[in-house]
Amino acid sequence: MTAPPTTAATAPADDGAAKRHDGGGDPFDRDALPAPPGATTALLRSLLAPLRARVAVATLLLLLQQAAVQAGPLLVAYAIDRAVPALRDHDTGPLVMVAAAYLLCAGLSGGLQYAFIVASARINQDVLLDLRGRIFRHAQALSVDFHERYTSGRLISRSTTDVESLRELLSEGLQELIAVVLSFVYISAMLLWLDLGLGAVAVASFGPLYLLVRRYRRRADRIFQLRSTAIAAVIVKFAETMNGIRPVRAFRREEANDGAFRVLNRRHERTNGDALLEMAQYVVGSRLVANTAVAGIVLWGAYRVASGSLALGVLAAAVLYLRRLYDPIDRLGMFLNSYQSAAASLEKIAGLLAQVPSVPEPSAPRPLPERRSARPGREVVFDEVRFAYRTGGEVLPRFSLTLPAGQTVAVVGSTGAGKSTLAKLLARFYDPSDGRVLLDGVDLRDLATPELRRGVVMVTQEAFLFSGTVAENIAVGRPDATREEIEQAAKAIGAHDFISGLPDGYDTDVRKRGGRISAGQRQLVAFARALLADPAVLILDEATSSLDIPGERAVQRAMLTVLRGRTAVVIAHRLSTVEIADRVLVMEHGRIVEDGAPDELIAGTGRFADLHRAWRDSLA
Amino acid sequence: MATTRVDTKDRRGRPAAGDPADRTGRADRADPPARPDAPPRRDRSAVRSLLRLWPYVRPVRARWFTAAVVAVVASCTGLVIPLVLKWIVDGPVADRDPRGVWLGALYLLLIGVAEALLFGLRRWLVARPLAGVEAGMRAELYRHLQRLPVAFHDRWASGQLLSRGTTDLMLVRMFLAFPLTFLLVNSVTILVGMIIMLVQDWVLGLVLLVPAVPVMIVCWLFEKKYALVARQAQDQVGDLTTVVEESVLGIRIVKGFGRHRSQARAFHELSRTLRGTELAKARLLAAIWLVIVTLPELAIGAALVLGTVRVSDGELSAGTLVAFLSTALALRWPIDSIGFLLAMSQEAATATERYFEVMDAEQERERERTPESASAAGTAAATATGDAEAEVVPDSRPTADAAEGSSEAAPDSRTAVGSASGAAADPRPAADAAAVRAGEGAGGGEPQGTGGLRFDGVAFRYPDAPADAPPVLARIDLHIRPGETMALVGATGSGKTTLTALIPRLHEATAGRITLDGTDITAMSRRELRTLVAVAFEEPTLFSATVGENVLMGAAPDAGEAELARALSVAQADFAHDLPQGTDTQVGEQGLSLSGGQRQRLALARAVVGRPRFLVLDDPLSALDVHTEALVEAALRRVLAETTALVVAHRPSTVLLADRVALLSRGRIAAVGTHHELLRTNAEYAWLMSGATEAGAAGTGAPTSRTEKTEKEAGR
Repeated sequence: MTAPPTTAATAPADDGAAKRHDGGGDPFDRDALPAPPGATTALLRSLLAPLRARVAVATLLLLLQQAAVQAGPLLVAYAIDRAVPALRDHDTGPLVMVAAAYLLCAGLSGGLQYAFIVASARINQDVLLDLRGRIFRHAQALSVDFHERYTSGRLISRSTTDVESLRELLSEGLQELIAVVLSFVYISAMLLWLDLGLGAVAVASFGPLYLLVRRYRRRADRIFQLRSTAIAAVIVKFAETMNGIRPVRAFRREEANDGAFRVLNRRHERTNGDALLEMAQYVVGSRLVANTAVAGIVLWGAYRVASGSLALGVLAAAVLYLRRLYDPIDRLGMFLNSYQSAAASLEKIAGLLAQVPSVPEPSAPRPLPERRSARPGREVVFDEVRFAYRTGGEVLPRFSLTLPAGQTVAVVGSTGAGKSTLAKLLARFYDPSDGRVLLDGVDLRDLATPELRRGVVMVTQEAFLFSGTVAENIAVGRPDATREEIEQAAKAIGAHDFISGLPDGYDTDVRKRGGRISAGQRQLVAFARALLADPAVLILDEATSSLDIPGERAVQRAMLTVLRGRTAVVIAHRLSTVEIADRVLVMEHGRIVEDGAPDELIAGTGRFADLHRAWRDSLA
Repeated sequence: MATTRVDTKDRRGRPAAGDPADRTGRADRADPPARPDAPPRRDRSAVRSLLRLWPYVRPVRARWFTAAVVAVVASCTGLVIPLVLKWIVDGPVADRDPRGVWLGALYLLLIGVAEALLFGLRRWLVARPLAGVEAGMRAELYRHLQRLPVAFHDRWASGQLLSRGTTDLMLVRMFLAFPLTFLLVNSVTILVGMIIMLVQDWVLGLVLLVPAVPVMIVCWLFEKKYALVARQAQDQVGDLTTVVEESVLGIRIVKGFGRHRSQARAFHELSRTLRGTELAKARLLAAIWLVIVTLPELAIGAALVLGTVRVSDGELSAGTLVAFLSTALALRWPIDSIGFLLAMSQEAATATERYFEVMDAEQERERERTPESASAAGTAAATATGDAEAEVVPDSRPTADAAEGSSEAAPDSRTAVGSASGAAADPRPAADAAAVRAGEGAGGGEPQGTGGLRFDGVAFRYPDAPADAPPVLARIDLHIRPGETMALVGATGSGKTTLTALIPRLHEATAGRITLDGTDITAMSRRELRTLVAVAFEEPTLFSATVGENVLMGAAPDAGEAELARALSVAQADFAHDLPQGTDTQVGEQGLSLSGGQRQRLALARAVVGRPRFLVLDDPLSALDVHTEALVEAALRRVLAETTALVVAHRPSTVLLADRVALLSRGRIAAVGTHHELLRTNAEYAWLMSGATEAGAAGTGAPTSRTEKTEKEAGR
């Protein structure tokens, strides 16, 4: 009925995922980042710990509410066994008491229910707020190379569907569980108090129920894991398609995508169905136990009433309690459901949160020294730096390099020569495998983020715009910038004209009507952003690739003034950039093969002289 | 307020698709509590929304109805239990008959087993079908989204789409599984229970009926309020998803500027807003519980008191009272649960509404005209008018413009002509086609390569552009001869990319027509069109697949290793062979991350692999270094020799790939000619290609003045 037995036997936990990537070894491929044992529980505990007092209050409310609710049958027993005979003796006292008590209980149970729901919603929402924030902040703290491997779709599914399943657990499940447990305790106590024998039978029925619950938990655990992985795969495919809709359309991928999506969607459908069927089994089992117990208790109780050893009212109350006792069994199932699915989600979240940022913030940050001169630039030193991916594969062999403050350095070389890696090390997107990168003598790893970003800013080729206005997008460079400063930055880079031409100028929403912005224009916005940030060291990685020549010239002119005194590293394929550089580094296979002033190199016979000649020719 | 909203909806029929997307984003983050347009449209009642689910439920309707009937039976079986109890109490117990007790217990057991099995059966019946409904709806959504116009995707944040495809559909599935069934089951159960109680004792029964009316009124009021808040919460979840997505996609920027704190703050703001909405939801829910729990409980209390009095008076048997109260208590769960069942239904209704907001957006439709009739019309026009001017007209026109130097005036005069004769009736394109066909026929070129790629009076404005904004492309007249490569040059933001998007119909030209070898592109199916035209985009997107699969996407299904190797070598993407698993290496979202230059070369390989008849390259070499660029250019020249191509270019080296160059300026083709001609005769072009600095700052006014200067020079 559930998973095919063969795979279930061989690969207990992740067969579905393993089938997908036969490489299989990488936890990233399987979307199952390892969480240390107990991390899930620890996570849940740490989420609830600050709310301990309110959890206690909510529990108390529920405790009282259950007491009020469960008093009903007791009052029935009292009415039948006491009030009826009393009435026959014309004593209305017990009846009035019953009436008053029932009124009180009804009012209390309603009011307390209200209070509890509101109180527990507060707790839930605070937990979710905390958890969402933690995921988000952690994801933001993780390094760029993590994101390159983890993919946005998974991260989205962590912070949406996985959080959602915890929400369900908290808002419906947990409340159910407490209510169920409480009513079990109350009702068992009542039954035992009413009649020890009848109560004992009821309590005995908990044994098989417990076994059922345990069996269900075990089986559902696996299924929910699979289901959570399956939905994440669906999300990844979905997001990828929607983000790349243009090539999808242009290359007629619609049908092939439909097919691929169908496979993923089916897998989710199957696991989803498995989960629902598992639940059905549990419901049948638990109902059977419950109804058998009811029949047994009625049999024995009625037998004893018939033989005169039990009052009728007690039997009536016992039966009423019994119906209530087993009523929430379905709800217990629902709780288990949401618990299992939340546990699976929490485990994934815990796995994500357990990822240590490979580019961690320093525990004891050091400040940058006072500037040595009035100029904004700072000195950069690569000290015996080597960089290799963790999977092996050396990108940059050991090298040392000093960039004096205020120097503009152009880095050229063919694609894959390691230019971008050099830039990413300087921007601390990566940390070197060996050696140190120093900014005015301070290791980048010792700088707190705000300090680091005042020091080094990198503009990349992919100029991503966030939803929001153009002004807000520029202000990413310095959130406290005034409108004037924003416009100044845009003007300096030659972006002011096109921005003013947009429907709402700087207030044009980049995702709204008329807000379409071309790739070149996006790069200009990215530039303005960087200028606004006013860093000591500016890295431009192919930052002008989509600009036309006048745009590029404008940027270069702006850089001549804006970069004066700043340290700058410019990576560009087009050597026009070199005209503003003080120094040129030529890289090849991860090594710096030429290093010198542009004129010097052009006059020589090396790689750069060749490149430059080729580039001159291309301008013809 | 509610009424005005309702009015809006009735007039529009359905919500404006732009709204929810517009509502996303930073505007909210800046001012979270305001959300001026936040109260969602109460367009339709929850019921009407939910009814739209029917087509999806239809295939499983037999199972679903069976399950519902089974559930009703199971639930009513439960109601028989109190009657058996009554029978035991008033019969064997009162008669002190132990054997009768055994029989009663046996009945109870049988009923209990039946109830358990029936409930299990219900779940078993619907488990797979409902998972299927959810999956089916998701597949439909995905299918539909892939076929919506690109303009739709420009407007909608993908987070909003994603939350519809996941959370919302889960809500719908749960609705079909629980609330829908149990609203029915509970109603029947309550009804049957009431009847049983009324039959047993009508006085007590009536007492219990009293709270029904107020409970129903409260439920109804609640439903209205809850719908608003539920919708708001769901939209806010979508917003949150968007922030998460953007912060991941823009991670380099966030990190590069050390902005993760402010990003986290923005996220925190949004999630706080969501928290507020969720709490409002909880308060509403709590209120409904208060009413639903308290009122029936009070009624039961009243019935208990009244019953006790009547038992003591001997008007009522003790067994009846026990059975009566037992039934009343058995009905508590069905009544209590109505609150959250309604809440779930309401959430499902808004989820359905959100789902259909996307599903109602219209897919791109093929025009009615069939390819046959269109090309027939074209041929007819050609034979009718073509012969006379065939030799003269075709391509002297654009160059003539350039020579005249009247780049401003000429198009206008043509506009007059064009509007007088009407774009469709304009004989010229057909004439050209005929001319070229004649020429080609003589030369013995490829038989299908007749007419080339022609833009004729093409205009474009974004469908959602403000009415007063000038169109992006005002009037494009351009002819690329068969086998010719045309470079498209223009200032940043002049509409080059937009122009290229019109050819594969990613956007639809708003006026004029584009013909491929004489056939109007709107006359062929998009599939067919996109088989003819291959595009390499400015932003090279790779999909989660192997390198080989990514490249071969551009080829016919039967293409194999040979084509792959050829395309990779043309694009100088031979690095692919050196990847860990060669061309079988996974790339894209879920694979190895490649550099911009590497991705661009793979995208180029994808565009050329299928040897398309028409090739559109949008700045295909921007991320390449000079050396690689030279190699790609050399290889690309051979490919371009065989196809008709439009290449967006920013720099001379790329322009030199082309036979001729078209200059795009202010929504028109301002000049056409060879690179060297234009460099000499057109100041704007010279400025774009060399960044000549003599004019100082790069203002928009500068090129025009220089154009005038060139006119004079040209005139001399």
